[in-house]
Amino acid sequence: MEILRILISELPQFAKGTLVALEVLAGLLIVGLVLGLAIALAEIFGNTLIKFLATTLRKFLWAIPQLVLLFLVFYLPFDLNRMLAAIIALGLCSSAFQSQIFRGAILSIQSGQLEAAKAMGLSKPKIIFYIVIPQMIRLSIGPWTNEFSSELKDTSLAYVVGVVEIMRNAKYIIAYTYGNTAAVYLFVGILYFTLTRIGTSFFYRLEERLWVPGFEKRSG
Amino acid sequence: MSTILEVKHLTKKFDDNEVLKDVSFELKKGETLAVIGSSGSGKSTLLRCLNHLSPPDSGQILLEGVNINTPEIDINSIRADMGFVFQDFNLFTHLNILENVMFGPLRVRGLSKKQARQIAAAEIKRVGMIDKIDSYPAQLSGGQQQRISIARALALKPKLILFDEPTSALDPELTGEVLSVMTALANEGMTAIVVTHEMGFARSVADKVIFIDQGLIVEQGEPKIMFATPRHERTRLFLSNFVRLE
Ligand SMILES: Nc1ncnc2c1ncn2[C@@H]1O[C@H](COP(=O)(O)OP(=O)(O)OP(=O)(O)O)[C@@H](O)[C@H]1O
Ligand SMILES: [Mg+2]
Repeated sequence: MEILRILISELPQFAKGTLVALEVLAGLLIVGLVLGLAIALAEIFGNTLIKFLATTLRKFLWAIPQLVLLFLVFYLPFDLNRMLAAIIALGLCSSAFQSQIFRGAILSIQSGQLEAAKAMGLSKPKIIFYIVIPQMIRLSIGPWTNEFSSELKDTSLAYVVGVVEIMRNAKYIIAYTYGNTAAVYLFVGILYFTLTRIGTSFFYRLEERLWVPGFEKRSG
Repeated sequence: MSTILEVKHLTKKFDDNEVLKDVSFELKKGETLAVIGSSGSGKSTLLRCLNHLSPPDSGQILLEGVNINTPEIDINSIRADMGFVFQDFNLFTHLNILENVMFGPLRVRGLSKKQARQIAAAEIKRVGMIDKIDSYPAQLSGGQQQRISIARALALKPKLILFDEPTSALDPELTGEVLSVMTALANEGMTAIVVTHEMGFARSVADKVIFIDQGLIVEQGEPKIMFATPRHERTRLFLSNFVRLE
């Protein structure tokens, strides 16, 4: 099995590619989280103008295919490096999704609790910080884990702007060996599968730890 | 005793619906005022106007002589001085019992953790729940949750507490435990306005009772007198429903 030998000899490259993919993933998730949370809070607690702007931005980002946004950001007339362009573009896309996750979580907090906090004389920013965000985090982890695994897969799109991640590694090997395309992609598939499993099991454990006694546990 | 709250000509409309029409009354320090009336008469709205959860349209609310129904007033500091106990408890579900009761002293009053914990422990003891200090709201019965929500209100050291039907969401057995906490508070001299359908409580615990109908105070006075000899036909009709039920 010639291809096995090649894949093994390319493992250091794959390791590097995996690290790059994880960096892109971390970056885009952070961009998506910060902007997504801002959009969610603006849509729920903002005044009419802020609400309108946030909704418009979300709908816009929602509608644009990731590939289009990747090229758009990459070809902006600034000197962005490839990795940063990928992080920003994919992060913008993710923010639209994450904002919906956070929005749903916030809206499922009993409004009576917010009214109780208000009646105690708590200011709106403090209500958001001490009541809304902590409950939102616990309620969001489940759906956020889905977003995490779908974004992990989407880091593979970053190869179109030349980021040397896992897909680039694969293309490179395919280019200099012949006829082993399926085997290489099978290997890449297994690699993504492994990364996804490791990541999601981490978030399941986190969810478990943030569980509040008296609430029903999510099964599975 | 000094007057703590004086309400003058309070009005509130929701669109065309005049829910409060010229409501005036006063409350002395240490008094318990029961507000009774049929569903939709404006009882909750009255309480919510007092702490501006629903800002009133006009009228004066004098808290210790200062009108708080003006735009210049810092409403959050007023709210901290007026406890509010809701029908459905509204405890913070992500915090345990101790943290729920510490929340006001810590986050609203800005006290240290140590001070907040001391105050909270004392208030939790007062409502007889000290053994549940580490539990979470979802692990408690409705009656226990309501007692904790009373402790949470007390921990802010309010000048008065507003209760909006605190026992309406509870089974009869659980109603008793909450009413006995409230009776103890009344006897200790807490100032309170209690919207209630518990006529027994209004008659035996309240110092004063207001009967409100269609946004107007029809009759107010000493409960024993009003329950025995209502002066108005509407009051008599309303009270007769309860006599029949009892
Ligand atoms: N936020 C609101 N928007 C519009 N109308 C309202 C609002 N809150 C209350 N109302 C109306 O005001 C009137 C009085 O309501 P309120 O809740 O004060 O009655 P209540 O005396 O507390 O009744 P209950 O005993 O059923 O609690 C009702 O006609 C109600 O529909
Ligand atoms: Mg009501």
